[in-house]
Amino acid sequence: MFKKLAISTALSLALIPAAVVAAGGGEQHIEDFDFSFEGPFGVYDQNQLQRGLHVYTDLCAACHGLKYVPLRTLADEGGPELPMDQVRAYAENIDVFDPELDDYRSATPVDHFPANDGVGAPDLSVMAKARAGFHGPYGLGINQMFKGMGGPEYIASILTGYTGHEKEEAGTTLYENTAFPGGWIAMQPPIEDESIDFMDGHANDLHHIAEDVSAFLMWTAEPKMMARKQVGFIGVLMLAILSVLLYLTNKRIWAPLKGKKIKQS
Amino acid sequence: MAGIPHDHYEPKTSGEKWLHSRLPIVGLLYDTIMIPTPKNLNWMWIWGIILTFCLALQIVTGIVLAMHYTPHVDLAFASIEHIMRDVNGGYMLRYLHANGGSLFFFAVYIHIFRGLYYGSYKAPREVTWIIGMLIYLAMMATGFLGYVLPWGQMSFWGATVITGLFGAIPFVGDALQTWLLGGPAVDNATLNRFFSLHYLLPFVIVGLVAVHIWAFHTTGNSNPSGVEVRRGSKEEAEKDTVPFWPYFVIKDLFALAVILAIFWAVVGFMPNYLGHPDNYIEANPMVTPIHIVPEWYYLPFYAILRAFTSEVWVVQIASFVTGGIVDAKFFGVIAMFGAIFVMALVPWLDTSSVRSGKYRPMFKWWFYLLVIDFIVLMWLGSMPAEEPYASYALIATAYWFGYFLIVLPLLGVLEKPDAPPATIEEDFDAHYGSDADASTPAE
Repeated sequence: MFKKLAISTALSLALIPAAVVAAGGGEQHIEDFDFSFEGPFGVYDQNQLQRGLHVYTDLCAACHGLKYVPLRTLADEGGPELPMDQVRAYAENIDVFDPELDDYRSATPVDHFPANDGVGAPDLSVMAKARAGFHGPYGLGINQMFKGMGGPEYIASILTGYTGHEKEEAGTTLYENTAFPGGWIAMQPPIEDESIDFMDGHANDLHHIAEDVSAFLMWTAEPKMMARKQVGFIGVLMLAILSVLLYLTNKRIWAPLKGKKIKQS
Repeated sequence: MAGIPHDHYEPKTSGEKWLHSRLPIVGLLYDTIMIPTPKNLNWMWIWGIILTFCLALQIVTGIVLAMHYTPHVDLAFASIEHIMRDVNGGYMLRYLHANGGSLFFFAVYIHIFRGLYYGSYKAPREVTWIIGMLIYLAMMATGFLGYVLPWGQMSFWGATVITGLFGAIPFVGDALQTWLLGGPAVDNATLNRFFSLHYLLPFVIVGLVAVHIWAFHTTGNSNPSGVEVRRGSKEEAEKDTVPFWPYFVIKDLFALAVILAIFWAVVGFMPNYLGHPDNYIEANPMVTPIHIVPEWYYLPFYAILRAFTSEVWVVQIASFVTGGIVDAKFFGVIAMFGAIFVMALVPWLDTSSVRSGKYRPMFKWWFYLLVIDFIVLMWLGSMPAEEPYASYALIATAYWFGYFLIVLPLLGVLEKPDAPPATIEEDFDAHYGSDADASTPAE
């Protein structure tokens, strides 16, 4: 009985992410990038996050914003970990609107990255969690258990998924993209090979740049990921130890009643 | 308590006597924790403790989250990000609370199906069962209200769809929906009242849980054999039972630790697995998501709701008979609530003289089919409302109602049950063996 219910509930759990069924788009292709932060022990690559910040600042920030991300967190543990003076210098180059001054001023680390809805591009703060890259098999999303939700993979696939075809529709130019639901996206290809020269001399082909900025956007969406995984690991370990102790206690308490029958006193 | 003879608390010191004659609270706690419990309870009887823990977890994490959350349409989404980024341990609080809801429902479904299999709902435990169903309904309401608070796309559109169900009620529907929402559409007034109610309902659940426990402490626990504890004398009762402390407290704590280890792994390593990515997009009344899907724990009933379209003949008949008052939408709403209502009526629908499904050879198979039916409905609820899923949903819905309204009443008449053991002691010994001499005292 228990086994049956256990199996069936396990099955039902497995069915749950059917809720995350792929929306629209016939031939959506999400490439499975290999990120350093996948899996229970995956961690962010600090250098990659710093390169991603570079890409975001030079290319994405022209149209997109990161309004939920405080600039100071660039110095936080488990993130790009820029030295505080670099964060200050970075902030100074950004203009933010100050309602108290009723004017623009240079940002300080306590400000957030500016919002940017000038051209109607979505904010990217939590984009990596707002898109699921993997839906299989049969739309059940079970593969997310192994690959993760696929948010950063989705972003990187969009960035590398342009075919070069474009079309006009109602006065808007649409660009064919193999990763975008429906196949046509309004964003023009933002990155090409060598769009960026990395200071650390890292490879700067389209594929690598897309990968780095996607990793950075995963961090903006989940800045406490590394701390969370650590808490997760310690918690599971402690609970496992506790389980063993309780199992032995339970066994010992019940032993006199089982196997040899006794009268309760 | 429990009508099962056992030792009661005796105040010994003068201080204890003083308190006991004024407020017998120590005695109440003693009787509650030392309640004679059938010693043959199996691992399906652990879920009550898991559920109690879930309720406490949700209330504790929820109260702290409420300290940092802002129920305003312009600020709610940002306040969640504030919790995730700036509040100490906020990301754990939020993920524990969000996934805690899933654990809560996971446990309640197993708890309910355990009751259905072992006939726990049968006399004299009907009141326990009905209160349990009320708790389940209150949980559904609380979960739904809570899902609206982060003010993501699924929050907003889920709220729109679900409150729309009330709009389907003939004559008063529109007025009722407006009253629930506090306006013509889901907006700031809605978010505010949902927050208020989301904070209130858990405490209603606490009250119901207390009554639920009181009720089964009055009748005594059910058990896998379905045979009642002998109550002729204390000695007799003690052959069938052991005190709750320490036997079942330790057993339940062990089960809780194992389940929490799994739960903690989900929270730590894949906290967004059970959520919908669209809820990380701030609510936008101008953009409708392609698929609006509820949380996984509502999916079976969502499938029943959607199963009845205007093409289904029962709906057409109902519509014709009522002169169009009952349309497909209203019919779906009735079916959804009816699906829970028939479950609440099961103490009177099950006509069998034998309580436990263990001794009912035909019942077993119908029950397993019901479990599969439930899972299939869950899957169908997540699928788009189109063929072939619509037809499957109709068949699965028919079985759900058929099980309660036709199968259970008929089985009591048609089935020839096996003989249950005479006593709990016998059932226990059949599992664990016994010495020939039953009266050998323990040291």
